[in-house]
Amino acid sequence: MSASASKSPSKSPVSTLALRRTIVSKLGWIACGIGLLLVIFPLLDIVGVVTFNGLAAFNWDLFTKDTGGAGLGMANAIEGTFVITVFAMVIAVPIGVGAGVYLSEYGKNKTGSTIRFLSDVLTGTPSIVLGYFSYIVFIIGFGWGFSLAAAAITIAILIVPYLARITELALQQVPNTMREAAFALGGADATVVGKVVLPAASSGVITGALLALAISVGETAPLIYTAGWSDHGWDGRFTHAPVAYLTYVIWTFIDQPDARSHAIAYAAAFLVMIVVLAINIGVRLTVKRGAKLA
Amino acid sequence: MKLRPFRLTVLCLSLMIPAALVAVVLFLVVYSGQAMVFNGLHFLTDVTWNLGDLYDDPVVVKGIQVPAGAEYGILAFIVGTLASSFLAIIIAVPLSVGTAIFLAEAVPEIERATWRHFPWLPPLRPALAMLVELVAVVPSVVFGLWGIAVLIPFIGHHISPTGSGYGLLAAAIVLALMITPIIASTLFDALCQVPKENRESAFALGSTHFEVVTKAMMPMVRATLIGGIVLALGRALGETMAVLMVSGGGSNILPHSLFSPISTIASFIVGQLDSAEADPTNMSVRALSEVALVLFLITLAVNAAAKLLSSGALNVRKRQ
Repeated sequence: MSASASKSPSKSPVSTLALRRTIVSKLGWIACGIGLLLVIFPLLDIVGVVTFNGLAAFNWDLFTKDTGGAGLGMANAIEGTFVITVFAMVIAVPIGVGAGVYLSEYGKNKTGSTIRFLSDVLTGTPSIVLGYFSYIVFIIGFGWGFSLAAAAITIAILIVPYLARITELALQQVPNTMREAAFALGGADATVVGKVVLPAASSGVITGALLALAISVGETAPLIYTAGWSDHGWDGRFTHAPVAYLTYVIWTFIDQPDARSHAIAYAAAFLVMIVVLAINIGVRLTVKRGAKLA
Repeated sequence: MKLRPFRLTVLCLSLMIPAALVAVVLFLVVYSGQAMVFNGLHFLTDVTWNLGDLYDDPVVVKGIQVPAGAEYGILAFIVGTLASSFLAIIIAVPLSVGTAIFLAEAVPEIERATWRHFPWLPPLRPALAMLVELVAVVPSVVFGLWGIAVLIPFIGHHISPTGSGYGLLAAAIVLALMITPIIASTLFDALCQVPKENRESAFALGSTHFEVVTKAMMPMVRATLIGGIVLALGRALGETMAVLMVSGGGSNILPHSLFSPISTIASFIVGQLDSAEADPTNMSVRALSEVALVLFLITLAVNAAAKLLSSGALNVRKRQ
């Protein structure tokens, strides 16, 4: 910065003007630097506060006891978040990857761009709107009640557009010569995609799946109207049984008056944050400036 | 034409995305139909949201069963949503412009000046850029927790005249933090794509480095910046949990100061779950469906605007 500022005096006949320009420039850089600090400091503070309080609250009861009864743990919420995420991924990955394959391989037409546009609209839809949609359709309409099925489907709707977009971007990186070679060897559509294109782009697809996983672990709003809440572990039913999840613990336990509830809220926040940050940092370190969500 | 089962399969899979979107809109519209008839335009212009007497016998208005005395007006929530989002944009824009400029232009200089003395240090710019992007992935509810634990006491003790930190300002600050990375990374990418020639000619004219950035580079990326801001606005309007946790949950009153408790449309929907379940006529569930529809339409309009703006910006960049 300063190296370039020293060029200016020779150009400017009035030295006060040169001085002013130098000072304004310096102040400008300082203001920009403060802007960066004001963005990064809250992140570090969030990580610090949550880590400090979360680690202070850690003990084995958190993982072995439920929120019900004496209210010492959050095993039911950990289990619930795990189950919701697994089933959401089971629904979303085939659809999202399939859609990505279509958009990348055969989607250079009107249909493809329409799907791409509507997929962006779905990405931009607030998650609470999706949650409310599921509430009126699955909970009220189908009469499922708060349930795992409703929660998993809602999260799946939320993450499919991300999976489709990232899969498409990943498949686009595969050189066309590979496709041509595979077709020349007599490969059918499915063989070319399944044996050549997808394996070549597998790291990108896995990246997308991991980011989708992070989203589903960190979501709250769409689950409030679909998963409900249960003080006990999942009983194996897909409908008519509410499930617990970690983000609900964060949201409600911090409003409780007692210290143990606060401690559990921080422990839940720590778990969720660690998973989300670990996935995102890992993905960013392995693929440099790859698929970006923001 | 040859039948291609594989192409057909993946086409069907990809058509599930539009199908889901259409289903969302369709069900919200159909389900809120009765509420639309009952509310009329008062829905958007009234401040009062009153579920009516849920325990008395329902009355029949316009041929629709509603709890006695029920009225559904969401003006306060629309105002709360717009006020918190615009305030968030006002806070976030200078922060993100500063962040993007510093990352794009100052950090490489710092690296050049100092990093050769410490060759074992990791590269600075990717690390800082990653930190900024990570702000965007922190779950909303964790932001809310931080708001309650750190921000609310701070505002309550040092800024707010009422002594309570919950309200419009807290919601706006949390929202601003959440959307800053969106604007900053959009602008950062655009700044990195400004052609070398433009920078060099500005330097050759004797500009200081900061003048090069503000007078030669920023005008070139203005359209992208605006696109990023509108995109961020779309995110802020639909943000739910963090706002719910720090906004104070005000209802039935328009915010009159920075410290008024507010509700946004999204946070209000969450807060109404229990009362909606208690309504025997189901009217409040239908009215909430109309609320969700309004939120969807607002974000759709904003996101469409962002799309138009950013596609225009892209054309400009390609032409250069």
